[in-house]
Amino acid sequence: MSNEQQSQKEIPMVHLTINNIPLEVPKGTKIMQAAQKLGIDIPHLCYHEDQRIKAHCRLCSVEVVGKRRLLAACSTEVWEGMEVHTDTQIVRDTQVSLLQLMLANHHKDCLSCPRNQNCDLQRLCSRFNIQHSSLPSVYKEQPRIVTNPAIVRDPSKCIRCGRCIRACKDVQGIAALTYAGRSSDIVVTTAYNKPMEQTDCILCGQCSLVCPTGAIVEKDDTEKVLDALQDPKKHVIVQVAPSVRVALGDAFGMEPGAIVTGQMVTALRLLGFDKVFDTNFGADLTIMEEGAEFMDRLQHGGVLPMLTSCSPGWVNYVEKHFGDCIPHLSSAKSPMSMFGAIAKTYYPQQAGIDVHDIVTVSIMPCTAKKYEAARKEMGRDGMQDVDIVLTTRELIKLIKYVGLSFDHLPETEFDSPLGTASGAGAIFGTTGGVMEAALRTVCEKMTGKTLERLDFDDVRGVKGIKECTLDLGGRKVRVAVAHTLRNARILMEQVQNGTSPYDFIEVMACPGGCIGGGGQPIGTTNAVRRKRMAALYEIDRQLPIRKSHENPVIQVLYRDFLGEPLKGKAHELLHTTYQRVKKEYEF
Amino acid sequence: MTEPVHFLTKNFGRYDTSSIGSYMRIGGFEALRKAVNTDPKEITDLISSVKVRGRGGAEYELGRKWSQARAVVGERKVVICNADEGETTTFKDRELIEHDPFNLIEAMIIAGYVVGATDGYIYMRAEYACFRPLLLNAIRQAKNYGFLGTNILGKGFDFNIHLYSGAGAYVCGEGTALIRSIEGKAGRPRMKPPFIKVSGVFARPTCLNNVESLSIVPHLLMDEEGFYASCGKGDSIGTKMISVAGNVNHPGAFEIPFGMTIREIIDGLAGGVQRGRAIRLIQFGGASGKVADASILDTPYTYEDLRAAGVMVGSGAMLVIDERTSVLDFLRMNQEFFSEESCGQCTPCREGNLHIKIILDKMAAGTATRTDIAIMMKIARVMSMSSLCGLGETAQNTLRSAMRVFPEVFEVGGPVA
Repeated sequence: MSNEQQSQKEIPMVHLTINNIPLEVPKGTKIMQAAQKLGIDIPHLCYHEDQRIKAHCRLCSVEVVGKRRLLAACSTEVWEGMEVHTDTQIVRDTQVSLLQLMLANHHKDCLSCPRNQNCDLQRLCSRFNIQHSSLPSVYKEQPRIVTNPAIVRDPSKCIRCGRCIRACKDVQGIAALTYAGRSSDIVVTTAYNKPMEQTDCILCGQCSLVCPTGAIVEKDDTEKVLDALQDPKKHVIVQVAPSVRVALGDAFGMEPGAIVTGQMVTALRLLGFDKVFDTNFGADLTIMEEGAEFMDRLQHGGVLPMLTSCSPGWVNYVEKHFGDCIPHLSSAKSPMSMFGAIAKTYYPQQAGIDVHDIVTVSIMPCTAKKYEAARKEMGRDGMQDVDIVLTTRELIKLIKYVGLSFDHLPETEFDSPLGTASGAGAIFGTTGGVMEAALRTVCEKMTGKTLERLDFDDVRGVKGIKECTLDLGGRKVRVAVAHTLRNARILMEQVQNGTSPYDFIEVMACPGGCIGGGGQPIGTTNAVRRKRMAALYEIDRQLPIRKSHENPVIQVLYRDFLGEPLKGKAHELLHTTYQRVKKEYEF
Repeated sequence: MTEPVHFLTKNFGRYDTSSIGSYMRIGGFEALRKAVNTDPKEITDLISSVKVRGRGGAEYELGRKWSQARAVVGERKVVICNADEGETTTFKDRELIEHDPFNLIEAMIIAGYVVGATDGYIYMRAEYACFRPLLLNAIRQAKNYGFLGTNILGKGFDFNIHLYSGAGAYVCGEGTALIRSIEGKAGRPRMKPPFIKVSGVFARPTCLNNVESLSIVPHLLMDEEGFYASCGKGDSIGTKMISVAGNVNHPGAFEIPFGMTIREIIDGLAGGVQRGRAIRLIQFGGASGKVADASILDTPYTYEDLRAAGVMVGSGAMLVIDERTSVLDFLRMNQEFFSEESCGQCTPCREGNLHIKIILDKMAAGTATRTDIAIMMKIARVMSMSSLCGLGETAQNTLRSAMRVFPEVFEVGGPVA
């Protein structure tokens, strides 16, 4: 901290006025941030706090005394003596005109738009009191692009801000989306206008998280859930991923990172789910299998480094971009899919319900989970293990639909048995969490000793690539953790050319892990991700059981049903296979 | 004073443009020899003393640009010759490339020496592909003669020139778009900062100059009698390449001393308006330029006088339109160009051009209302005030100046809604 203060001191300060209010900010500050210090929110659409500046939308144009033209507040650094005006006639005229121009080229079916009441363009039009369009509509009528189970694009809603392009390229290093064409024909599209799933896209949904309008959204499956809930013959069970409980509150006016597990469970019950279970239980199961698989690979000369396989965006990435590295991927299914397999085998036996009457719904922070659930490997006898996947955003819609005052709901507990989980399962939702959960179990199993301290600090935090070396009963094990595929690529290139120094690598496709997933509430920024991360570690800290192998329900499940990890029923239900995906175009 | 001058054009036709020997026999590369034995500061001072302004259109002082480029601390600096010449009606750089390619090569080497660059790029518009062999040959011969490569003229100065052809986008004349295009990316402008002089092509410090701006320098270095300084009027010193097109008898590129009147240019050099018709308007500086009516004819062609008359030198183009074409038809033709050439990234330019075209079409159909005219005026202003790059900023120069010069054209009967 003292170092930080010192380095802050070294940056010279610049004095300026904004709307005649004097202020002092460090040199290098942009007008946008300087204005924020005064509580002035300069309107913007292409600007996003986590992205590099594009200065495309021009909505943040402001007047600077002495300058002939307006300057973009997002991209202009302040200077000594600068006089900025954000509220003069010319600024307002310009901003309103730009919004009118955007509106004219925007499919204004707001009432039936997935982003209704959660759209930056709508919010700004409301802020500027735009009550009618002053320009003729020029948008091109075109159908929504619905070609995969995860992401839907609606080009008629696109305002060409370029946020999705930056998310895809700068965060994930994939660049499946790009601009094409020019002038009023410019569009955001894929190479050769191919459907997204046929391009380099891995369906992580980060584009949908930053889109200011309804141009890129998750595929909405809420109707399916409502129909299932209304069907008296169906026994509808729901599982909720660890990261949802620390993100859901955002949408109901709570502080980012608020832990809302109890209210969430109550809300799901009130929605009509017959049983509310926890994906954290599936996570514990994943650790049992993946941990066993890792120990097996270590002890029997298996393919190393082993790669985690719980992030579906990441699995898609390996299949598409590093097909030759598939043997490195753990064959263990993700927590969601393990849960699904148990929910369609063990659970109906225990509960005495016909499996055909069971509908499994999962609430995920993720768009790619919709794709994972639809994989043919994830089911048996013509049934999928997980029938419907909803993102956090869709759950928010359902809660709003039934009119629940979410923040006033009483707290209730998950149902048993599949709602009992360890702290290790909870931290699956953050980058480094799967690794830490695995190490807690693997260390104890390999050394035969009880860990004194369960926190593996080296794999915690927001650093892009983290690593540590452990002594597991004489065997030095080197592990690495990466989040975002841009970082994963660095590790994967080593794996590909045989120079990887690691034994075990955890990758989560989204920044921060699932807490920053592509299905999380709109407004998920890196600052918010940090708070969610802290909240997950807090959940873990408070739980009596923090190691997956000590989860009593897991122990019973193996004793009564699965047998041994990696073998027999466990292998059959909890492991999967992967296939190299040939891309439509290979250069 | 209706005679053209020959300062920049003095080598035209005097040597075989495919032969460096031929060029050297008329004194070629003497300017470079002189330059490398001169303190770069003296060269920038010389350029500044005759107030050479960038000839691409932005009119930035060349001496200052080079001093700033020299002062930038950075490795492997780059000099770019902007031969995109995308402004409509502009073809004066083409003449310089075609008739004096070695002078351009020599100028670039001098620029490289002055600003401390190691690489030069010529970014030439797609339509000039016919000059690729000419320039590639000139570059190759200059290399063979040791004017390019390492340790040039024994001065420990290394410099190479690369020729890059554009793919046909007007916006690639804009500095940042041009650089992206050289880098192999789509030619779309980017925001500044970073400024090109600090982080240009491949993130290297870059000094970007128009063909004509560069071409002046070797001649200036050898101009011991001070001919260049003796030309001109007021602060507009020297000579200028201009291109005259449209409804004139002899369209063409001419080198004029600053101060020649528009009438002298049109009647004296370009042979007058066809069949002696009346002039409807003259557009100065290409599609992004401003227009004037015939009242400008006796204005001297200088930076200052043209500005006072409501137009600008810009790219050096003059498009003469006679009475047969209406102002509105001309504006629609001009708008067609921008509706095609906007890169589409920023809102005001992308959407603004679209709507202005719609309103101009409504005017032509006789259905425009006064509200439409007001909206058009507003959009044109928004584009100029808030666009990301110079294209959007200047795209409505023609319309906005026409609204001032020909207000009657925009008087429509309809009500204000």
